[in-house]
Order: sequence, then C-alpha cells, then structure tokens
Amino acid sequence: MSSNVASTGGQPEYNIRVVKQFAIMTVVWGIVGMLVGVFIAAELIWPGLNFNQPWLHFGRLRPLHTNAVIFAFGGSALFAAAYHVVQRTCQARLFGGWLIGFTFWGWQAVIVAAAITLPLGLTTSKEYAELEWPIDILITLVWVSFAVVFFGTIMKRRTKHIYVANWFFGAFIITIAVLHLGNSAAIPVTAFKSYSAYAGTIDAMVQWWYGHNAVGFFLTAGFLGMMYYFVPKQAGRPIYSYRLSIVHFWALIAVYIWAGPHHLHYSALPDWVQSLGMVMSLILLAPSWGGMINGMMTLSGAWHKLRYDPTLRFLVVSLSFYGMSTFEGPMMSIKTVNALSHNTDWTIGHVHSGALGWVAMISIGMLYHLIPVLYQRAQMYSVKLINLHFWMSTIGTVLYIASMWVNGIAQGLMWRAFNTDGTLTYSFVESIEASYPGYYVRLLGGVIFFAGMLVMAYNVWRTIRGDVQRQEVTAAEPRTV
Amino acid sequence: MNTFWSIWIIVFTAITIAGCTWLLFANRKVEVSDDTKEGESPKTGHVYDGIEEYDNPLPGWWFKMFVGTVVFGVIYLVLYPGLGNFGGVLGWTQVGQWEEEVAEAEAKYAPLYEQYSETPVEELIANPEAMKMSRRLFNNNCAVCHGSDGRGSYGFPNLADSDWLYGGSAEDIKTTLVNGRQGAMPALGGALGEDGVDNVAEYVFKLSGREHDAKKAEAGGQLFATYCAACHGADGTGNKMLGAPNLTDGIWLYGGSPTLVRHTIRNGRNGNMPAQADKLKAEKIHLLTAYVYSLSKNQ
Repeated sequence: MSSNVASTGGQPEYNIRVVKQFAIMTVVWGIVGMLVGVFIAAELIWPGLNFNQPWLHFGRLRPLHTNAVIFAFGGSALFAAAYHVVQRTCQARLFGGWLIGFTFWGWQAVIVAAAITLPLGLTTSKEYAELEWPIDILITLVWVSFAVVFFGTIMKRRTKHIYVANWFFGAFIITIAVLHLGNSAAIPVTAFKSYSAYAGTIDAMVQWWYGHNAVGFFLTAGFLGMMYYFVPKQAGRPIYSYRLSIVHFWALIAVYIWAGPHHLHYSALPDWVQSLGMVMSLILLAPSWGGMINGMMTLSGAWHKLRYDPTLRFLVVSLSFYGMSTFEGPMMSIKTVNALSHNTDWTIGHVHSGALGWVAMISIGMLYHLIPVLYQRAQMYSVKLINLHFWMSTIGTVLYIASMWVNGIAQGLMWRAFNTDGTLTYSFVESIEASYPGYYVRLLGGVIFFAGMLVMAYNVWRTIRGDVQRQEVTAAEPRTV
Repeated sequence: MNTFWSIWIIVFTAITIAGCTWLLFANRKVEVSDDTKEGESPKTGHVYDGIEEYDNPLPGWWFKMFVGTVVFGVIYLVLYPGLGNFGGVLGWTQVGQWEEEVAEAEAKYAPLYEQYSETPVEELIANPEAMKMSRRLFNNNCAVCHGSDGRGSYGFPNLADSDWLYGGSAEDIKTTLVNGRQGAMPALGGALGEDGVDNVAEYVFKLSGREHDAKKAEAGGQLFATYCAACHGADGTGNKMLGAPNLTDGIWLYGGSPTLVRHTIRNGRNGNMPAQADKLKAEKIHLLTAYVYSLSKNQ
C-alpha cells in the first residue's frame, strides 16, 4: 500500500471531544426536529392540535421543524463529519484552539435561540433563513470560526494531497458563508425586527438563490463530503473513480449556484432568469449523479457485505434516495412540469426524499460507524437494532414520499381541471379534502421514521455506556461487523 | 436591462457551460476494455486514513447524459429567452403564452355565456342549463367567502335567506356584484364610553325582542337616537340605501352574543364585497345574478 503521508511518525492525537459533542447532538436534534415534524403533520389533519396557542400554530412550528432538522440535526452531523474527516484524512489535529469549542457552543446557542424565537413569532419570513438579525450575526461568527478551524487544519495537513471529502466540505463552508451574508442582509429596526435589504422580486430572487443553495451546498455538497469518507470506510473499498470526483465536484459547484430561479417559475421574475435557472437545473443532473455513481460503484466487490452490515445498507440506500431526488429535482424544474407540481404536496415529498432518504439516512449511517470509533467500542451495542432502524427508516421514507406524490399530482390535476363551460371543476377546499388520505399516510411514515430515531438513541446510549468490550480501533482498519 | 448587463449575463453563462464541457472532455479517458478485470483498475496512489482511490474512467452512459443535457441547454437558450436581452428565436414570453391561452378560452367559452345575456334574470332561474353554469361560476368566484351553499359565515352575509343588506331585487343584486359594496360601521367606543356601549347594546337587544336590562336599554335608547338612528333608522329596521343592517330581525352578521354586539358598537366593522366588474365579463355577472337571486327563492 503506497502512502503519501509525508511524515513517518505515528498518528497525531486527534481532537475527539468536539466530534463526540456534535455526534451526540446530532442524535438529540434529530429526535427534536422530527418530533416537531410529526406534530405539525398531525396538525394538518387535526388543526385543533394548536389548542388556540399562537406558539403551537403550524405557521410558527413549521419553520422550527425545518430549522431544527436542517441546521440543528443536519448541521451537527456535518460539523461532526467535517471535524472527524478533516483530521483523519489530513493526519493532523484540529487547528484553532478555543475556536473549536466556540463552534460547538455557538452553534448550540443558535439552535436554542431559534427554538425560542420562532415559536414566539419572531421571524424575517425568509424560508430557511427565518432567524432575526442578532442570531444571524452569531451564525456568522460561528461560521467564520468553523472556516478557520477547517482550513487551518487543511493548511497543517501531513498528507500531500487534499482528499475529495474535504473539497466538498470546503465548498460547503465557503458557499454557505457567502449565501448567508448575501441573503440575510437587512436593516434592523429593533432588537428583534429587521427589514430585508432587498425589495419585491429581487428579494424573492435573492431568497431563492440562498434557499436553493442551502439545499445545494448544505444538504448536497456537505453530505457528499460525508459520503466520500464513510462509504469507502464502511465498505473497506477504494473510491471508484478519482477523475469522476474531479469532474462532478467542479461541475456541481459551478452549476448549482444558478438553479435558484426554478423556485419562481411563471412569476414576476423576468423570463430570461427563469429559463437560465431551468437550463442550469437540467445540466445539474449529471454532476449530481456523479456522486451517487462514485458512492455506489465503490461497493463493487463488496456487495456481499450488504447482507450482514445494516450500517452499509443505510449508506447505500441513502445514495439511492439521493439519486432519485437529484433526478426528480431537474424534472420538477422544467417549466411545464413545474406548472403542475408547484405549490402542491409533490414539493414536500421531493424535499423529504432528500431530507429523510438522503440527509438523515446517510447521517444515521455515519453515526453507526462513528460512535464505536469515537468511544473505542468494537461495534454498536446491537446490530439487530441497527437493522430494525434501517427498515423503519426505509419504510417511513417510502410511505412519506409516496403519499406526497399521490397528493401532489392529485392536487395539481384538480386545480387545473375545467368544466365544459370553462369554469373550474373543483374548489380549492375539495383538493384539501382529497388530500386527507395522503396526510394520514404521511403522518404514519413520519411516526415510523421518528420511532426509528428513538431506537438509535437507545442503541447509542447503550454503546456509550459500554456493555461492549473495549478495543483499540486504528484508523486504517476497515470496519467490519 | 442595458447592454453591459446583457453581455455580462451572456458571457458568464457561456463560461459556465463551456467550462463544464471542457472539464468533461479534458477528463475523458478511454474506457477500460471489457476483458480487464475489475481488480486491475489503476489507482491514484493516494491514501487517506486508509482510503485509496481508483482512477476509473467516466462511465460512458453518464458522459453521454452530461453531454445531452448541455446540448439541450444550448438549444433551449437559442429558442427561448435566457441569454440577457436576446429573446430567443421563438419569441416566446410567459405573458404572451398567457394572453394566447386566455384568447383561446375566450373564443371557446364566450358564446356559451352570451346566449343568456338577453334573458331576464327572473326567467333564467327556470333554465336548468343556465343554472348549472351559474352555480359553477358561484363556486369558482363566491363560495370562498359565502360558502358553497351560499349561507355565508361570520362577516359574510347569508345569500340564501330573504334578508338583504342592499336589496334583493335582481337589479340590486347585479349592482352589488358589479360595483361591490363597502359596509362601514363606525367605531363608537370613544364617543359613547364603555357604559354607553353597554347601554346601546341593551337597547339593541330590546329592538330584536331579546332579554335585556330595561334600565340600561332606556338610557341606550336615547344614545341610539343620537348616534345610530341616522343609518339604522329610528326603529332600527336599517337602511338598504346604506347597507345598514336591520337590527330587529335577529340576524347578526358579526355574531349576536352580548360580547360581540358590544365589540361591534365599540370598534365598528368594515365589510368589503369586492367589485366583480374588474374580473368577470358582464355575461357572467348576469348569470351570477340569476344564481344569487335563485338562492333566496329556493329557500
């Protein structure tokens, strides 16, 4: 085995503490975020569940759900992954001293601030960027510290090259900083109220430039970085193609940033912006799939491991959902398809095939690999429970997205159905009535997925508490179960 | 958009698409022939924490798919607007598409509605085909406030009874539909004071024959004559010219509970029936008039 490690010395003493902290909080915030999701899914069936309390209203809890799942659960998973992977693949301890701890406690403070202000109704009303300006400033400080720690560690690496996972983490960190600063630009009027720096259509365009690239760079590039480490590690196989990773990385980050306007088809946005957004969204298909191919093909020669390794199953199924969502996305960006799908539950289904199928499942796969490594256990407390969790997650996700496809297409078709005299066949409320079966199935899927998270929490707790034998786990050793 | 920005957009679009294409072709490598075993794929020689990398060529189908989307994108940008001020060869605009579809629908459906435009409302209500169309118009345009059965809701008048704020003749109904109505009840809390509000409320209950405090109602009656009678009439039976509701009939647009009646007197109310002339053609309003007229006849 050739190596490009410059020094022949032993492994540096890695900073495990911060990785542990973020890994544990990934479990905690996953449970919290998904519990809120289950609750608001129930509110859509039984609106009375808000008990006439404004802070329990769907309109306030929905952004709490999205923020908790994306930034608290997904964010903690990405911090854990980036800190673990950058140290291991650079053979260097994290750079930055106290800044490392600040990124953890600062990020947790942002999450707690969100959990307090959003139910109180304090919001900028910008989707996925609802937090008011003081919290935005804290996010900026944490993010800049994150960049210093991450790139500082890259700078002091002992390997000659930079591993592909770190390209994705780097692109994710830089671009999210630019997006956050650009979109959150606002004029404060009080401590908890600000007005966007942009107006009208331009505000909408800046918002969706941010919004779509939160998906592109937070939920895609960041998690691809996670994939590029944990899939080959868990499979014990080399990455399939280095040149494929070069092509799809540069194409992905160059093209993703253009795709935002597809959220604003047939609106006041000028025609040329809409068309460019659509064209770039379609060109995005191949670069997106590059990551899926590289992950899937890495398993060639190791497919048999899927039979007994449920952690690997999590990782592979997450790549399948990733491939499906990144095909569905470009299709939905086509104007004629969008004319049917826009504002329907189809969009909700699409988001969740990404959020549950891709983001959550790959993070869960990461945790099942990472927790034993961090706590020096031979393996998780119970492989059977991992397997149970795998099926719960898969079935929950499938129920969720299938019900939303059916609902979305039904809604889209009902809204555009005409009578022979040119009047609309259905009133809006009839389309809501027709959506109820889907709402029940969605809630069921969500409950199953959520219950799976509790199974994981139990398994993680038992592993950490340690009825399992202690064993030194070396970094280079491929993990088998 | 001025020429500078137009060129800016074209140049950056071209750089991005051409750059992706260059990247793709620059890394194109002849695919390994079929007889090469998988295990023999070349590696890059990099090792990161035990992870190695093969240097397999780009999958052929993936390469073709990438090229395909780029070709589609370029063709699309030639045909449709996208490259700055260049409007595309087809001259398509979303406003143009919308106008075309509206004109098409107009040509198809307008005659259906015109056939009834000369028939008086009183006769139309006996025509089942006309009533079917008018009911659909009502469901599309009116039901969201007045309900699919026309029975209204809090703040939205019941159209299926015989109580009319602005008059129930076909002509009155049509005027309401065409021009809309603004029903403004001024806030009297400041003028009356809280005791005054209470007293007037008791008087209003007396007018509609409800249980009331006789003493308060007596005091309220005098206030009513000063503040309320100008619109609601000395006897409280309302005024259809102003849309002032009849207070003696036991029908309460904004709720009849003591709390809500006091709220109405204290804070006033603003009812807004939007004018339909801006969005519906005269023939459709004619049919809608017939439908609303029929609602009170069918009760």
